[in-house]
Amino acid sequence: MIQARGLVQTFRSREGRKKTEVRAVDGVDLDVAEGEVVGFLGPNGAGKTTTLRMLTTLLRPTEGTATVAGFDVVTQSEQVRRSIGYVSQTGGAFSSARAGDEVVDHGMLYGMRGADATRRGKELFEQLDLDGLWTRMPKNMSGGQRRRLDIAMGLIHDPTLVFLDEPTTGLDPQARANLWEHIADLRRRRGATVFLTTHYLDEADHLSDRIVIIDHGRIVASDSAENLKANISGDLVDLELASAGDVTSAARRLGSMAEPGRGGAEAVEVDGFHVRARVAQAGRAVPGLLADLSRADITLESIEVHRPTLDDVFLTLTGRSLRDAQETTTDGAGPGEPAPPATPALVRQEQ
Amino acid sequence: MQFLRESFIVFRRQLRMNLRNPAWVIIGMLQPVMYLFLFGPLLKPLIGQLGVENEYTFFVPGMLVQLGIFGAFFAGFSLIGEWREGVIEAERVTPASRTALLVGRLVRDLLQLLVQAGILVGLGYLLGMTGSARGIVFGVLLTLLVGGACAAASNALALTTKSEDVMAPVINMVMMPVLLLSGILLPMTLGPQWLQSVSDWMPFKWVTDGVRTSFSGDFARDPMLYGTAWAAVLFVLSLWWGTATFRRENA
Ligand SMILES: Nc1ncnc2c1ncn2[C@@H]1O[C@H](COP(=O)(O)OP(=O)(O)O)[C@@H](O)[C@H]1O
Ligand SMILES: [Mg+2]
Repeated sequence: MIQARGLVQTFRSREGRKKTEVRAVDGVDLDVAEGEVVGFLGPNGAGKTTTLRMLTTLLRPTEGTATVAGFDVVTQSEQVRRSIGYVSQTGGAFSSARAGDEVVDHGMLYGMRGADATRRGKELFEQLDLDGLWTRMPKNMSGGQRRRLDIAMGLIHDPTLVFLDEPTTGLDPQARANLWEHIADLRRRRGATVFLTTHYLDEADHLSDRIVIIDHGRIVASDSAENLKANISGDLVDLELASAGDVTSAARRLGSMAEPGRGGAEAVEVDGFHVRARVAQAGRAVPGLLADLSRADITLESIEVHRPTLDDVFLTLTGRSLRDAQETTTDGAGPGEPAPPATPALVRQEQ
Repeated sequence: MQFLRESFIVFRRQLRMNLRNPAWVIIGMLQPVMYLFLFGPLLKPLIGQLGVENEYTFFVPGMLVQLGIFGAFFAGFSLIGEWREGVIEAERVTPASRTALLVGRLVRDLLQLLVQAGILVGLGYLLGMTGSARGIVFGVLLTLLVGGACAAASNALALTTKSEDVMAPVINMVMMPVLLLSGILLPMTLGPQWLQSVSDWMPFKWVTDGVRTSFSGDFARDPMLYGTAWAAVLFVLSLWWGTATFRRENA
């Protein structure tokens, strides 16, 4: 459904006198098969929206080619537009217009007859739990309702390929969980191919068959969440010691079984009373470690073993955790992008 | 055909949103009324110099152009709000013609102008304005042309700047010389020669003169020709610029 080769987008921006060229997307190759749900994961400013805007014909690629739904995005942009639905990061319904009117007008711009667009719109409202909101203005809707309205607009002409840009950013956890159901329904009920961007690890993990990770405009990985995690060597073993005097000795013992550190980091990380390291097959190794520590009279306050998470995948691939990447690129937020919520982003998932 | 349909969908959506806002309707109606009743009387003592029997014969055409230009200059501001909410992007992702996205909005602005022109001319008549019916119709058409040009330019500027804070000073900077050099409020012939020469460079002065001449029914005079030509040129250029901004990928 999507095939992109060497997509590049450069933006010229000016700060004062200084002109800079930003390579927002830097040679992206993508292949998405029919019926696939692909999560496009990356920190803010990684180039997700820019890639999506090129694939949806809103932005002409500086370099590279892409075919979407069988049509070239540059030379056959009109056919591409007919075949796809796009729900942008900011949505598309005007806050002081009536929801139903916006949806119907949108459908009519696709060439639908008014009556057809109305019937289809009402059907979508029902499916997306928007019953009774036909004449409500988006400004009087909850965040989740607004987002579902955006999705209804994107689906009005029954596209077989749907692009969703950060569908749940800014929503509370309940609204997110609810929206996930609806996104999963896109394929379950309609057989649609879905390409969604997110900077939430759990979202990519939960929704997609395959995760494509982008950082600084480049694709750094593309695989199922399972495989991505399986390729990470070792589980994280986190020891909390009862006394500070034991830290060095415990670190040496843990270090003897640990995997080498990543990106030049030490294999063993010491943090106050905590000693951490990656250990292959930790479930088998830990009993021996415990016996070793107790022989040396080292008392543990606690021990935790974490299976690898997507954040670990990101760390392995880029040398930074997604959380850090997020903090250093907060200026990458698009216009009118709601501030990221404090809690649910990047929660580490233990399995 | 498809283009007309798409323009109509965009126009209907804009009109629907505007009509739901009573402030828009009331201010739109009150503007011409206030100008006529609060500014018109100031011209009465000048009747001799203006070369007309009734001050409104001079004043109504000028007001018409003023409404056409200035009302339309502000048309772009609502577009910035729409852009910020993602409406423009959502429209651009449909197969609809980019020109239709602009033209639908222009038609809304022109409809507003037409209603205002109706009020202005009607009240002007009641207040003693004289003029030829044919000339008035043509004068209003000329105003719509120049109003459409300004509205298209305003929309283009809005999508280029994407910020009210950047756009407002630009509009103000353009508006000052237009207002002062077009002879909208007072005829440029009242001024010294140098000021008249400067105003010859102001396209809107020719349009104002053209509309005024048209109202008098005197189609054969030069200002008619220049005014019409300028209005047409401005319209074509602005429409081209406006469409280009809607088409541009980065809008
Ligand atoms: N219109 C633009 N002009 C200049 N720079 C832009 C523009 N759009 C995006 N960028 C820059 O390109 C980079 C990627 O942005 P974006 O694709 O929005 O990232 P994401 O969606 O992954 O958060 C960022 O550094 C951003 O500042
Ligand atoms: Mg984005």
